[in-house]
Amino acid sequence: MTNPLLVELSRLQFALTAMYHFLFVPLTLGLSIMLAMMETVYVMTGRTIWRDMVKFWGMLFGINFALGVATGITMEFQFGMNWAYYSHYVGDVFGAPLAIEGLMAFFLEATFVGLFFFGWEKLSSRAHLVVTWLVALGTNFSALWILIANGWMQNPVGSAFNPDTLRMEVTDFVAVLFNPVAQAKFVHTVSAGYVCGATFVLGISAFYMLRGRHIDLAKRSFVIASAFGIASSLSVIVLGDESGYAITDNQKMKLAAMEAMWETEPAPASFTAFGIPSMADRTTHFAVHIPWVMGIIGTRSIDKEIPGIFELVEKAEGRIRNGLTAYDALEKLKVNHGDAAARTTFDTTSKNLGYALLLKRYVEDPRLANADQIKQAAWSTVPEVPAIFFTFRIMVLCAFLLLAVFAISLWHTMRETPAPRWLFRMALIAMPLPWIAAEVGWFVSEFGRQPWIIEGTLPTFLATSELGIPDLLITILGFTVVYGVLAVIEVRLMLQAIAKGPAVSANAAPPLGEGKRVHLATAQ
Amino acid sequence: MIDFLFNYETLRIVWWVLLGVLLIGFAVTDGFDMGVGALLPFVAKTDIERRVAINTIGPVWEGNQVWFVLGGGAIFAAWPALYALSFSGFYLAMFLVLFAMILRPVAFKYRSKREDSRWRSNWDRALFIGGAVPALIFGVAVGNALRGVPFHFDTDLRPFYEGTLFGLLNPVALYCGLVSLSMLVMHGAAWLAFKAEGTVADRARIIGGKAALAAAILFAGGGVLVWLGLLGGYEITSAIVWDGPSNPLGKTVIASGGAWLRNFHATPALCLVPALGIVAPLIAAAGFRARREGLTFIASKIGIFCIIATVGLAMFPIILPSSTNPGHSLAVFDASSSRATLRNMLIATVIFLPLILAYTAWVYSVLWGKVSEASVREAGSSVY
Repeated sequence: MTNPLLVELSRLQFALTAMYHFLFVPLTLGLSIMLAMMETVYVMTGRTIWRDMVKFWGMLFGINFALGVATGITMEFQFGMNWAYYSHYVGDVFGAPLAIEGLMAFFLEATFVGLFFFGWEKLSSRAHLVVTWLVALGTNFSALWILIANGWMQNPVGSAFNPDTLRMEVTDFVAVLFNPVAQAKFVHTVSAGYVCGATFVLGISAFYMLRGRHIDLAKRSFVIASAFGIASSLSVIVLGDESGYAITDNQKMKLAAMEAMWETEPAPASFTAFGIPSMADRTTHFAVHIPWVMGIIGTRSIDKEIPGIFELVEKAEGRIRNGLTAYDALEKLKVNHGDAAARTTFDTTSKNLGYALLLKRYVEDPRLANADQIKQAAWSTVPEVPAIFFTFRIMVLCAFLLLAVFAISLWHTMRETPAPRWLFRMALIAMPLPWIAAEVGWFVSEFGRQPWIIEGTLPTFLATSELGIPDLLITILGFTVVYGVLAVIEVRLMLQAIAKGPAVSANAAPPLGEGKRVHLATAQ
Repeated sequence: MIDFLFNYETLRIVWWVLLGVLLIGFAVTDGFDMGVGALLPFVAKTDIERRVAINTIGPVWEGNQVWFVLGGGAIFAAWPALYALSFSGFYLAMFLVLFAMILRPVAFKYRSKREDSRWRSNWDRALFIGGAVPALIFGVAVGNALRGVPFHFDTDLRPFYEGTLFGLLNPVALYCGLVSLSMLVMHGAAWLAFKAEGTVADRARIIGGKAALAAAILFAGGGVLVWLGLLGGYEITSAIVWDGPSNPLGKTVIASGGAWLRNFHATPALCLVPALGIVAPLIAAAGFRARREGLTFIASKIGIFCIIATVGLAMFPIILPSSTNPGHSLAVFDASSSRATLRNMLIATVIFLPLILAYTAWVYSVLWGKVSEASVREAGSSVY
C-alpha cells in the first residue's frame, strides 16, 4: 500500500494550491461580469465616467487575473504529477471536461483579455464591449467545465469500470455533462463568484466614499455593486449546492456530516442550529434543533426522509461485501480475460468495486479481510463530522451576513436622504466575507467527499503517484514560498492601485473632501 | 465515412496527430514568447528597450500560453496513461517548468506597475527564467522520451517511475535541451525582428541568425546521435492490434539502437520532414541577414514544425518507451482513451479549434504593426 504520509502530503499540496487558486478565481468570475455590465452602460449612454469605471476596476481585475492564470497552470498539471493512479483510473472521463475547458473557455478569455487591456484605442467602443463580454463569457465557461469535472468526482455518472483497461471509461457523455450535481455546483459557484465581485466593488467604493474621493465613480460603482450583489447573494443561498446532496450515498453522507445527523429522523428532519459533534461518541452534544428546516433544505420537500450516518454506514457495509464479489471477479479476469462467468459476475457487481478497495487500507488483498476490518472500512466512509459541521455553518453565516449587507446598501441607494457613514464602514468590513465563504465552502465539498477521490469508485489513499516523500516536501515548500511571495506582492499592488485611485477624465466632479455625505440616489 | 472516421484505429491515429498539433501549436505560438523572454537581457539593455521587447508580446502571450494548458488537458483526456506517467515521472522537472511558467504571467502584469528600477529588473529576471527554463526542459524531456524512461506498471496498471531528477539530466537529453532552446531563441528573435523596431530588432537579428544556425546544426547532430544509437531506439516485436483495449501490458518491445530510423527507411518520403527541419532554420538564418522578417518568421515556424514532427515520426507508433521494461512502453494503440472519449473530444476539437484560430487571427490583425520606442512612450501606462 502507498505510504500514508505520501497520501497526506499529496492531499495537503492539492488543498494548498487549489485553495490558493480559488482566492483569485471567484473575483475574476464576478468582476469580469461587472466590467461587462459597466461597459454596456458606457456604450449605451456614451457617458465617459462609465468607461473610467471599466478601466479602473479593469486594472484591479488585471492584477487579480494574473495570479488566477498563474496558479491555474499548476492545477492543470497537478493531477498527473501527484495523482498518477487517479489520472490513469479516471482520465478517460475526467480529462475530457478539462480539455474542453481549454478549448472553449481558456482560449476565449486569454485571447481577448489582451485586447481588453490593449485594445481601447484600436477598437470601436462597440467592438471593445464585445471583447469584454467574451472575456466574461470565457471565465464563466471555464467554471462550467471545471465543475462538470468536479461534479463527476462527487457523482460519477455515465461511466463504468472496464476490466480490460482497468480503469473507468465513459459510457454516456451526455449524462456527464448534465450531471445534476455539476449543474447545482455551477450555479452555486458562479453565484458565489459574483458575490465576491460585488463585495469587492462595494467595499472599495465605500472606502472612497468614506475618504470623500472619486465620488462620481465610487457612488455609481456602489449602486451597481449593491444591485448585482443582492441578486447574486440570493442566488447563492437559494440555489445552494446542497440541492445535489440527495442523490448518492456519499452525497447523503456529506449532508449527514454537515448536519451531524447520526440517526435517521422521520421527515421532515430538524436542523441542528448548534451542537458539538463527536466522532468518538458518534453523537452530537448540546444539540439545538430547529424542526423541519433540514428536511426542507436537504430534500426540497416535507415528506422525503434524510438518512442518518448510522444508516448510511450500514448500507456501506453491504456495498463493501458486494464489492468483494466484484473484486474477486476482476482478479479472475486479470488472469484470464476470457472467463465468461467472472465477466458476468463483474458486470453485475462492478458498481461496488470501489467499496472493496476501501479495505486496501487494512489488508493487501481485500478478499482476506475479516468482519472487523469490513466494519472499520464501512465506518471509514464517514468524513470528519465536526470539521464539516462547523465549516458549513461558517459558510452559511457569511452568506446571510452578505445578503444583509447588500440589502441595506440597496435600500440606501434608493433613498433620497444622504447615506450614513456606518453604511460604508459596514461595506468595507464585509470585504473578506465572500472569500471566507468560498474557501470553507470548497472545504465542505471536497473534505466532505472523503474518503473518496471519486465517490464510491476510488478511495483517495489509492490515487496518488508513487513519489518519494522528499519530492513532495520540496514542492510543498516551493509552492508555499512562491505563492507566499506572490500573495504579498499582489496585495501590495492592489493596495497601491486602490490608494492611487482611478485616472478620471475631465469634467468629473471635484473631490468632496473627507466627512462629506453622499446622496447615493443621484448616482444614476 | 463517419464509420471510418470514428473507428478506434482512425481515432487513435488522429489523436496522435492532434497531440503533435498541440505540441507544435504550443511551440510556434508560446515558443516565441519564451524566446523573447530568453532573449530579453541580450536584446534589450535599457528600460525602454525592454518595454519594446515585452510589448511585442504583451497582448498575445496570454492566449499563446493556453496552448500549454490545453496540451495538459488534451493529453489527460486522450492519452491518460501518458499524462499520468510523464508528469509524475518527471516530477521535479515539471515543478521547475511550473515554477517558471507561474512567474511569467505575473512578471508581465506586474513589471510595469512600478517605476522603480530594481523592481523592474527583478521581473525581467523572472521573464528570462520563464522563457529559458521551460525552453530547455521541454527539450530535455523529449530527449529522455527518445532514450526511454525507467518506468513500469503493476498488474493494476499503477505506474511506477524508477528514475531521479538527475537521471533526466543526462548528456544526450541535455543536448536535446539545447536543440529546443536554440530553436525557440531563433523563433523569439524572428518575432522581435518582425514586430519590434530599432535597436531591439537589430540585436535580435544578429542573435537570431546565430541561433538559427545553431538549431540547424544541433538538430542535424541529433540525427547523428540517433544513427549512432545514442538517442535510444525501440521496436515493437509483437503483432499490433490497432483497435484493441488500451492496456500497455500486452505487447513485446525490444530496445534496439537506430530503431528510430526504421520509419524513414520504410517510407523514404518521410525524410522530407527532417530535411526541412535542417533547411528551414538555415533559410531563417539567411532571412535574418537579408532583413526579410516575414520570410524569417515563417521559416522559423516551419523549422519548429519539422523538428517536432521528426521526433513523432521517428517514434511512431511508440509514444513513451520504457527503458527498464520495454514491453510496458506506451504506444498509440494501447495508451489512448476509450473510443467514445476520443470521438467526443474530436467533435469538440473540430468545433472549437477553427473558432480559436479565427479569433486569434483577428486579434493579431487588430494588433498589427510594429512596436517602437516612440510608440511605447506614447502609449505610456496603457501598455506594459
